[in-house]
Amino acid sequence: MGSFIQYTLQGLAAGGFYALAALGLAVIFGVMGVVNFSHGAMYMLGAVASAVLLKELGVGFWGAIVLVPILLFLFGVLIERTLVRWLLALDPLYNFLLTFGLTLIIVDLVKKKYGVSGLPYELPAGLDGRLAIGGVSLSKYQLFAAVFSVLMCLLVWLLLTKTRIGMIVRAATEDSERSRALGINVGMWVTPVFGFGIALAGLAGVLASPFRAITADMGTNFIIILFAVVVIGGLGSILGAVMAGFLVGLVEAYGQAYAPAFAQVLIFVLMAAVILIRPSGLFGREEVS
Amino acid sequence: MSDHLVQTTHVETAASASPERRLPPALRWAGLVLALIVVLALPMMIYPPVAMDILAWGLLAISVDLLLGYTGLLSFGHAAFWGASAYATGLIAIKTGLPFPVAVLGGALVAMLLAVPTGWLAVRRTGIYFAMVTLAFGQMLFFLANWARDLTGGENGLQGIPKTFFGSVVETDPFFFYYAALPLLLLGAWIAWRTVHSPFGRVLMAIRDNPARARALGYNVEKYKIMVFVISAGLAGLAGGVFSVSHGFASLQELIWTTSGKAVLITVLGGIGTLWGGPIGAAIVVMLEDKLASSGFEGIGIITGLIFVICVLAFRKGIWGTAADLIARTRTRQEHKRDIS
Repeated sequence: MGSFIQYTLQGLAAGGFYALAALGLAVIFGVMGVVNFSHGAMYMLGAVASAVLLKELGVGFWGAIVLVPILLFLFGVLIERTLVRWLLALDPLYNFLLTFGLTLIIVDLVKKKYGVSGLPYELPAGLDGRLAIGGVSLSKYQLFAAVFSVLMCLLVWLLLTKTRIGMIVRAATEDSERSRALGINVGMWVTPVFGFGIALAGLAGVLASPFRAITADMGTNFIIILFAVVVIGGLGSILGAVMAGFLVGLVEAYGQAYAPAFAQVLIFVLMAAVILIRPSGLFGREEVS
Repeated sequence: MSDHLVQTTHVETAASASPERRLPPALRWAGLVLALIVVLALPMMIYPPVAMDILAWGLLAISVDLLLGYTGLLSFGHAAFWGASAYATGLIAIKTGLPFPVAVLGGALVAMLLAVPTGWLAVRRTGIYFAMVTLAFGQMLFFLANWARDLTGGENGLQGIPKTFFGSVVETDPFFFYYAALPLLLLGAWIAWRTVHSPFGRVLMAIRDNPARARALGYNVEKYKIMVFVISAGLAGLAGGVFSVSHGFASLQELIWTTSGKAVLITVLGGIGTLWGGPIGAAIVVMLEDKLASSGFEGIGIITGLIFVICVLAFRKGIWGTAADLIARTRTRQEHKRDIS
C-alpha cells in the first residue's frame, strides 16, 4: 500500500508537468488554432534556463520559478510576432510544420552550446529529503511538484473563468468570428496568449529540472506524450488537457512500477482506446468533417 | 464551434484534377526520359551509397506526398513503416538468406499489414489530429522495437544485413547494388503514379477538396483513406527496406519521429502534390547533410530546421510546385495569345 501511494504521488508530479504544458498547448490552440510542435522544446528551454541561471547567476529554484516563465513569455511573444503570425490565416498544418522546424533549430542550438550530457541541478533547500506521513515515506519535492501544479492549473482555471481577460479569451476560443462581431479585438489577444502558453511549458520545465536529466533532448519524447495527452483529453478542451495530463502521468507511473517494459506503450494504448470509443477525446466536442 | 475545428485541410498542393494543368504528352515523355537518364547516371556522378540514399528518401517522400498532396492527410508517423520494413527486411535477409529484393518486398508487406490497424484508427481524425495520432503511433512502435531487443538488437540495432544476390558482384560493390535495387524503387514510384492517375486517385482528390461532398456522392471516405494509407505505407516500406539493405543495418534511428519529420521536410521542400518533388527534395537534403557531416559541422538540425522554416513561410509550393506553376502559367498565356490572333 505504501509503495502504491508513492507511485501515485510520482504519477501526480509527472502528470503535473504534462497538465501544465498541455494547458499551454490547449490555450494556444483554442485561441489561435495553432498546434505548437515546439512545446517540448520550450519545456526543455525552461529546464535548461533554470540550470543556466543557477550556474551563471546563482539564481536558485525559487528565482527560476518566477524568472523563467517571464523569459519564455517574452520568447513566445517574439516568435509569435516574427514567425507564427504570418501563417495564422492559412491551414493549421503550416504552423505545425513551422514550429517543427523551430524545434529542430532550438534543440540543435542548445546541443551546440551545452553539449549532449545532462546539466547539473540541485533540489532547492527545504524540498530535499523525504517526509514520513503515516508510515509512508514520500519525496518532499514530488509532493511539492504535485501540489504546485494542481494549484497552478486551478489558478489558470480561475483566471479563465472568473476574470474579464479570461472571458475574452474563452469567447475567442469558442467562436472568434462572433467575438469580433461583438466588438472584442481578438487579434490583440493572440500574441499574449501565445506567450502565456509558452510560459506554461517553461514553468513545467522548471518544475521538472530538479528531478529529470536536463538535456537538449528532454523535450523530444515529452512532446509526443503531450500530443497523446491532448488527443486523449480533446484538444479544444482546457479541462480535458489538465485531466488527461494527470491521467497520463498516473498511467506512466503505475506502468513503470508494475509493467516497466510497457510503461511508455501503455499511454499510446490508452490513446488508441480513446480514439476508438470517443474520437473527439474524453472532454472534446464532436468534430464535424 | 471555431472554424479550425471543422475545416478540411487546405494545403498549397500542386495536384489538381483539372486536365488543363497537365503538360502535353511530348513534354511529359521528355521529362520522364530525362529523369531516367539522371537516375541511371547518378551513381557515376556521386558516391553510389549516397545516390541510393537519395532515391530511398525520395520514395519515402513520395509516399508521404500521396497522403498529404493527394488526400490532404499529413502523416507524421511514416518512420513507423520505413523502420518496420527496415527491420523486417533485415530479419528476412539474415534468417532466410533469400535474395535481397524478396526480403525488401517482404518488408514492404509487413509495413502494409502494420498500416491496416493504424490507418483504421487514424482516419477517425482529420487535419492536425491525424498528424498527432500518426506521430504517436510511430513513437509507440519505436518503444516496442526498443523493448523487443532479442529481435531488433535494441540500441545496437540489427547488424550485418546481407545483400544476398545470387553470389554476384552486387553483393560487394555498392555501384552495382544501386542498379540491382533501382527496379524496386522505380516500382514504388510507378505504383504512386498509377494510384494518382487513376479513378481511385480522382476520388482521393475529391475527398481532399471536399470530404462532405465526396461522402454525399456515395464514396466511403474512410475506406478510401485507409486504402491510400496502406498503399503509402507499402511505398515507405519499399524505401525503408532498400535503405537498410544498402547500409547493412537497421537502427532505432529509422523509427524515431525525426525520421518522419525529415520525410515531411523533403516533401514540402520538393513541393506538395507533385510526386516529382520528392526525389528532388531528397537530393538536396541528403547531399546537404552529407556535405555538412563530412565537413564536421555539428547541429545539422539548425540548417534543416532553417530550410523548413523558410520553406513554410515563403516557399510553400516547393521547388517542383513553383516550376510546374511557371510552366502552366506560360502555357495558358500562349494559349490566350493564340485565341486572340
